[in-house]
Amino acid sequence: MIAKIDDAVLTVEHLNMRFGGLLAVDNLSFDVGRKDITALIGPNGAGKTTVFNCITGFYKPTEGRITTHHEDGKKFLLERMDDFKIPKIAKVARTFQNIRLFSGMTVLENLMVGQHNPLMVASNYTFGGIFGLKTYKTAEKKAMDLAKYWMDQTRLTARADDAAGDLPYGDQRKLEIARAMCTNPKLLCLDEPAAGLNPRESEDLNKLLMFIRKERETGILLIEHDMNVVMGISDHIVVLDYGKKIADGTPEEIRSDPKVIAAYLGVDDEEIETVEQEIEEGVSS
Amino acid sequence: MTDETIKEANPGWHLDAGKVAKDLVVTALLATAIFGSTIAYKTVSAEGGLALETRYDIAFYIIAAVVVGRLILWLAVWSRPSGHRSPVMPANMKASIAFLTTKIGKGFATTMLLIALVFPFLPFTDRYLLDLGILVLTYVMLGWGLNIVVGLAGLLDLGYVAFYAIGAYSYALLAQYFGLSFWICLPLAGILAAFWGIILGFPVLRLRGDYLAIVTLAFGEIIRVVLLNWYWFTGGPDGLSGIPRPSFFGIDFNRSESGFAHIFGLEYSSSHRIVFLYFLILALALLTNFVTNRLRRLPIGRAWEALREDEIACRSLGLNTTTVKLTAFATGGMFAGFAGSFFATRQGFISPESFTFIESALILAIVVLGGMGSQIGVVIAAIVMIGGFEIFREAEQYRMLIFGLAMVFIMIWRPRGLISTRIPSIFLKEKKAVSSDMVSQGEGH
Amino acid sequence: MEYFLQQLINGITLGSIYGLIAIGYTMVYGIIGMINFAHGDIFMVGSFVALIVITALGLTISTGLGLTILALILVLVTAMVIASVFGWTIERMAYRPLRGSFRLAPLITAIGISIVLQNYIQITQGARVKPLQPIISGGYTIMTRVDTNGEFAVQISNMQIMIIVVTVILMTIFSLIIAKTSLGRAQRACEQDRKMASLLGINVDRTISMTFVMGAALAAVAGLMFLLYYGVIDFFIGFVAGVKAFTAAVLGGIGSLPGAMLGGLVIGLIETFWSAYFSIEYKDVAAFSMLAIVLIFLPQGLLGKPEVEKV
Ligand SMILES: Nc1ncnc2c1ncn2[C@@H]1O[C@H](COP(=O)(O)OP(=O)(O)O)[C@@H](O)[C@H]1O
Ligand SMILES: [Mg+2]
Repeated sequence: MIAKIDDAVLTVEHLNMRFGGLLAVDNLSFDVGRKDITALIGPNGAGKTTVFNCITGFYKPTEGRITTHHEDGKKFLLERMDDFKIPKIAKVARTFQNIRLFSGMTVLENLMVGQHNPLMVASNYTFGGIFGLKTYKTAEKKAMDLAKYWMDQTRLTARADDAAGDLPYGDQRKLEIARAMCTNPKLLCLDEPAAGLNPRESEDLNKLLMFIRKERETGILLIEHDMNVVMGISDHIVVLDYGKKIADGTPEEIRSDPKVIAAYLGVDDEEIETVEQEIEEGVSS
Repeated sequence: MTDETIKEANPGWHLDAGKVAKDLVVTALLATAIFGSTIAYKTVSAEGGLALETRYDIAFYIIAAVVVGRLILWLAVWSRPSGHRSPVMPANMKASIAFLTTKIGKGFATTMLLIALVFPFLPFTDRYLLDLGILVLTYVMLGWGLNIVVGLAGLLDLGYVAFYAIGAYSYALLAQYFGLSFWICLPLAGILAAFWGIILGFPVLRLRGDYLAIVTLAFGEIIRVVLLNWYWFTGGPDGLSGIPRPSFFGIDFNRSESGFAHIFGLEYSSSHRIVFLYFLILALALLTNFVTNRLRRLPIGRAWEALREDEIACRSLGLNTTTVKLTAFATGGMFAGFAGSFFATRQGFISPESFTFIESALILAIVVLGGMGSQIGVVIAAIVMIGGFEIFREAEQYRMLIFGLAMVFIMIWRPRGLISTRIPSIFLKEKKAVSSDMVSQGEGH
Repeated sequence: MEYFLQQLINGITLGSIYGLIAIGYTMVYGIIGMINFAHGDIFMVGSFVALIVITALGLTISTGLGLTILALILVLVTAMVIASVFGWTIERMAYRPLRGSFRLAPLITAIGISIVLQNYIQITQGARVKPLQPIISGGYTIMTRVDTNGEFAVQISNMQIMIIVVTVILMTIFSLIIAKTSLGRAQRACEQDRKMASLLGINVDRTISMTFVMGAALAAVAGLMFLLYYGVIDFFIGFVAGVKAFTAAVLGGIGSLPGAMLGGLVIGLIETFWSAYFSIEYKDVAAFSMLAIVLIFLPQGLLGKPEVEKV
């Protein structure tokens, strides 16, 4: 079962990641549509974060090919790229399962760091900026505007001058997304963004994601455990178990897939075996 | 009276005598092992080898002092009811304290600057105080320079003195071999030091925090050993002497017709040069401060601080962390290079002895004690450390011992340094100081 | 060839000394992730204590063999005990209050302690170098070669034999302690996860203290060996020996005991061969450059586990 996607922003082909004896990702292939929300789901330890780390260059995959396709036809092979070039050139941004903010810097500063590369150019790599050139002043103003835009979208404007580490947990999650969006990505990878959020915050998050997809034309790859969220907002779901892809399709298809039910959707241990048996029998017959 | 009030009235009330006695016995034993061995006996050269000299009395007094001191601590400090030990500050109070310190900080900085400007002309300022002022300012400048590397970028550099040495030798050698003047050498020394920072930085900056610390320490030592052994070029342990003194932008400080005093219609005085040196280092230090403050508001400075906070997050946002580290290293090195060439021109003589590890440790201590990343903290720490050093000038022998002990005690007393709040580099509505609990110290924390 | 062999023997001897110091760095780093900057100075203190005891016992070259061995054991034990007390006290006073604080804080206090120890010994024992007449003499000639340049003999002295033998014995004892005793188990548990270890009822503070004590004791052994081998010490020997031993620990793979020993040998050999074949002035440069090269190309060391960045 492979859902073929015509206009993919990201294609992952035969991805393998080995840690010593453990094959954390096993021959995984999937596509992420350009303006889609694609969910990557699977039980704990299935290898989802590892896939993210391979896509964003923090791990070098043992095997496989990861490609981003921009609208203008440019292609980038991510598995060969330095990690910092992936957000910079290939325009793939990410958040982390354990939030990684610059906690001693303010909300606004976090968002400014997100725009480091264009600002660096505008400051003539510091040499112009240090003499207070006008071009840098305008660029900084523009960067502030973008930061304000994302603070408005995430309702963080009131806290702009507070330390990121002082924010409540839910706001920290949102700030991390806002910061990633400040890099103007083509693809946004979110690692369990709803973990630890209360239902209202979770609802807010859904709206934010829908907004990003619609207004910003950014593809989203999402790791998520909350099935309501996944089924509610994703266009396409990829299911991992023990590093292998076991299903790939629309929410409706996934919902009714027995393998997924067995592996993931809360079946008791004993039942899994029977379900798997049934599946195997079904396959062989 | 309730139990509580009794305890408050008599701090020693609820002491467990048995526990204290046991602790004191242990203290006495440890002190005996430590001082009874190394103070009670001293090896001295004698005919045909070594002989022992005994000093039981001194050892005994010191052991007794340690035990009595510990007893006093028990009675006066550790016996407080536990609830009283450290009152927990509410968050808003913390914030207002942070706010207050920034407010005071501003006024304080202006006052310090004014004092620094008029210092040479104050009635009680003599040659000695002026020299001390120059020394303090040199360390302030070095502290500010190292602050970029350690305080902002969170990279632990234990070999900062190497850049200071490179600056000093650059000026001395360029002047000796090419006859270049101080004003040409000053920027060259800075550039050379920065260049060395990059050369060294390239391979080592991938290392984790404390590995980086050790490698930079090794680098500092390598530079010193090379200076010491490259005899024909650097003069080895004899050093380089006759380094040209600075001129007032081309006008020398001498008695001649074309000398400074004559041209400005002053009576010749040897203190003119000292006063000039004072203002020179003040200007250099202020330049360091100004540039650092500027850089903090540019993307590069924000990248340094972001690097200190979380390197992985930096990379996920497209920051080339190697470049970010290199620029911090090079910028810090450059200011040390400037300071080094100032040192050379002021002393007129340099040798590897001036660039030992202790020097690096002293500068680092100034930065850490001042409060990492805090510019004004560095000033206070430099005054306290260098001033303290001078106060103990009499006790020549004990100076370093006291310095080391002070380093330990201050660190335990305030692990965050004297001033630990962080001022944001940019703000939307109001500038609020960030309390130190949030700010990370780089690499792994 | 003969010259090479002689240098090999000298290098192994020197390497044993570095290895003994390196164990202290590696154990402390393994358990609390801190570079105990003052460890080299504990080695120096141990050396001075040994010198005091040797002088007090009036040990000379003319003392009989049996008596010399007995006396040296006494010297060794005293130096180990006193150095342990130094190590324990320093951990207790200067490092423990800062545990859980920022990484820089204990490093700075360690530098402070290093300065304190050096100056304390300088004040109490004097700034001049202390020469010690050789106590153990004699040795074996392994081979001789006679050619036009004269005679060249490859020798291993009794001193060198003693250093190597003592090192091997102590290495074995300490490896057994770590592998077999509950203290060793507690140490390994604390290395893995200190919080978990304390939840399981391991006395973490005591385990860390004992780690410092063991490291200091071994440093004192190295101190005695250094004193006997070179015959001169001063208050500054701890700094350079410390940096080299740390290099050894990193080279071997920090956290690994056999690694520390192996690293010590490699550093000792490099230093000896460098001095023998290139230039003695730059031998420290060779050792320090080695450190940089190792850290850059082999940061996990020879026997260490590679560290994966957890994202
Ligand atoms: N750096 C690493 N070294 C060794 N094993 C790892 C590493 N990163 C992840 N793993 C292993 O890979 C497997 C998948 O982990 P992960 O991708 O974090 O799962 P998920 O995010 O789906 O919960 C786990 O068994 C984990 O222990
Ligand atoms: Mg995960």
